[in-house]
Amino acid sequence: MDASENGKTKRGEELIMDIGIYNRRKRANKVGLTLSLLAMALGMIVLLWILFILFTKGFAALNGNFFTESTPAAGSAGGGLANAIVGSLMMVVSCTLISTPIGVLAGIFMAEYGDRSKIAGITRFVTDIMLSAPSIVIGLFVYAIYVAQVKHFSGWAGTVALSLLAVPVILKTTENMLRLVPGTLREAAYALGTPKWKVSLSVILRAAKSGVMTGILLAVARVSGETAPLLFTALNNQFFSTNMNKPMSNLPVVIYQFALSPYENWVNLAWGGALLITLTVLGLNILARVFFREKS
Amino acid sequence: MSGTSTGIQLTPQTAKIVRTQRIQDFLFHKLTLFFASLVLIVLAGILISLIITSWPALSTFGPGFFFSSEWDVVNQKFGGLTSIYGTLVTAVLALLMAVPISFGIAVFLTEMCPSWLRRPLGTAVELLAAVPSIIYGMFGLFVFAPLFADYVQPALTSTIGQIPVIGVLFSGAPNGIGLLCAALILAFMVVPFITSVMRDVFEIVPPVLKESAYGIGCTTWEVVTRVVLPYTQAGVVGGVMLGLGRALGETMAVTFVIGNAHRIKASLFAPGSSIASTLANEFGEAEPGLHYSSLFALGLALFIITFIVLSLAKWMLVRMEKQKGAKS
Repeated sequence: MDASENGKTKRGEELIMDIGIYNRRKRANKVGLTLSLLAMALGMIVLLWILFILFTKGFAALNGNFFTESTPAAGSAGGGLANAIVGSLMMVVSCTLISTPIGVLAGIFMAEYGDRSKIAGITRFVTDIMLSAPSIVIGLFVYAIYVAQVKHFSGWAGTVALSLLAVPVILKTTENMLRLVPGTLREAAYALGTPKWKVSLSVILRAAKSGVMTGILLAVARVSGETAPLLFTALNNQFFSTNMNKPMSNLPVVIYQFALSPYENWVNLAWGGALLITLTVLGLNILARVFFREKS
Repeated sequence: MSGTSTGIQLTPQTAKIVRTQRIQDFLFHKLTLFFASLVLIVLAGILISLIITSWPALSTFGPGFFFSSEWDVVNQKFGGLTSIYGTLVTAVLALLMAVPISFGIAVFLTEMCPSWLRRPLGTAVELLAAVPSIIYGMFGLFVFAPLFADYVQPALTSTIGQIPVIGVLFSGAPNGIGLLCAALILAFMVVPFITSVMRDVFEIVPPVLKESAYGIGCTTWEVVTRVVLPYTQAGVVGGVMLGLGRALGETMAVTFVIGNAHRIKASLFAPGSSIASTLANEFGEAEPGLHYSSLFALGLALFIITFIVLSLAKWMLVRMEKQKGAKS
């Protein structure tokens, strides 16, 4: 009897101690989770804040002239960003046309031919690094090998710089998407005697079409907002020009120069351009997501 | 009419088709190989061209280039220390702020969020990553910096600024723009990158592990810090390094708000410069010669630093993936 009573009081003491620990653990849990919630809220607030500022300041600048007139001279009123919009479009479209075949074919090599080979391994590693490499260094590189050689800035130089940024994105998504295609599909095609190149292009690539499209859209979204590499390559052009061999106006560089200028009209136009570019980039991102969801 | 060595009889027509297909296959293989190796050629090209163009500066100033804080365009004396200092300080400070926030968001998204909200919130975080960096720069310069100067900096000076040694960091005129402001804008920028890596690695933790921890009575926070975090250690570090790589090389967001001064001051409120902001500001007006070549040398330094950081990140993430392969 004595022994069991002793045991009971001991258990009681343990319970009281336990409650202390429980409370402490509960409190730690509550604090940790509340902080997580706050972090999430902070992230959302920043996103909404940036979008709110963009919409209020950007829409004020959007009017009829915005899309039809070229950039105004310093200090003068009116004007628009027509030359910059056209220049950006031309460079982004030519960049897409150049980097898509390169990225997709390189992706086919990585998924279908290289697989575990050494060169594919190294390429995979370097691609991942190039994905986050500082874009301003890409601009320096294109300046050194192209602009400095021909001795003038040009739309083509800008296109080359943007393509160098787009190819790794397309390469990586293409490889990942091709790997998702079931092996039985390949085997079925080989069994019919189809040569490998035809299997790759008309069976595997077709099966992974929407995934590859996602990669291309993401690459386009990435390059449309890039400023740093264009500073040293396409530079800017005050006038409307569709000559890719001349310095070319483009939205990011115009936004950069106008936003840092002391002229109110220029700063307003910069906000308008900023809104346009953000809507484009976010729109492309959402479109890419829709494409991907349709597939999976 | 012997076809191939296997002894199968082929008509001349079939043999011809087989031959052309072999040639096509060979060409296609080499073509794709060529495009894949373009990535490597570009990497080598970047390194070689940067070394060649920065050689005049490197040979004039020697390795001292990276340790001298003099940047005098008029007297043609150049040293990269101020820019390198600014780059490292802003990137490290940005990470100090971004990592806890990213961790919080990743925990919220994987452990707390109701499943119907998971996708929209996850997408919102990824959209934050997609916003072009120049927008962050404009936002920082026109909206954030004035508020920062009016409210945050005086508050910091009157609180932490009064503590003896560390106080120096938060002293000086509250201009808004400066190293600390650049670090904050960078933090906004890298949070989405780190978050999405953390969320992805948190999601690969086998549910059995988490369920066992819950089963013995662990709280959600304990599951996160004692089960999920140790399991995903390598991946989390990889994500942080990836964010660091991004922060080091970021140009536009930093150029707008760092102040662009070639000085090293003790205060974090003081304007400074980073490698990328120096390049963006001065490249346009640099004369061919030492100034031009010094800018390339800075670019080379930036490329090598980010290359090392990103390689470490990649290595960590690959380790994580292998672990996932071995245990699941």
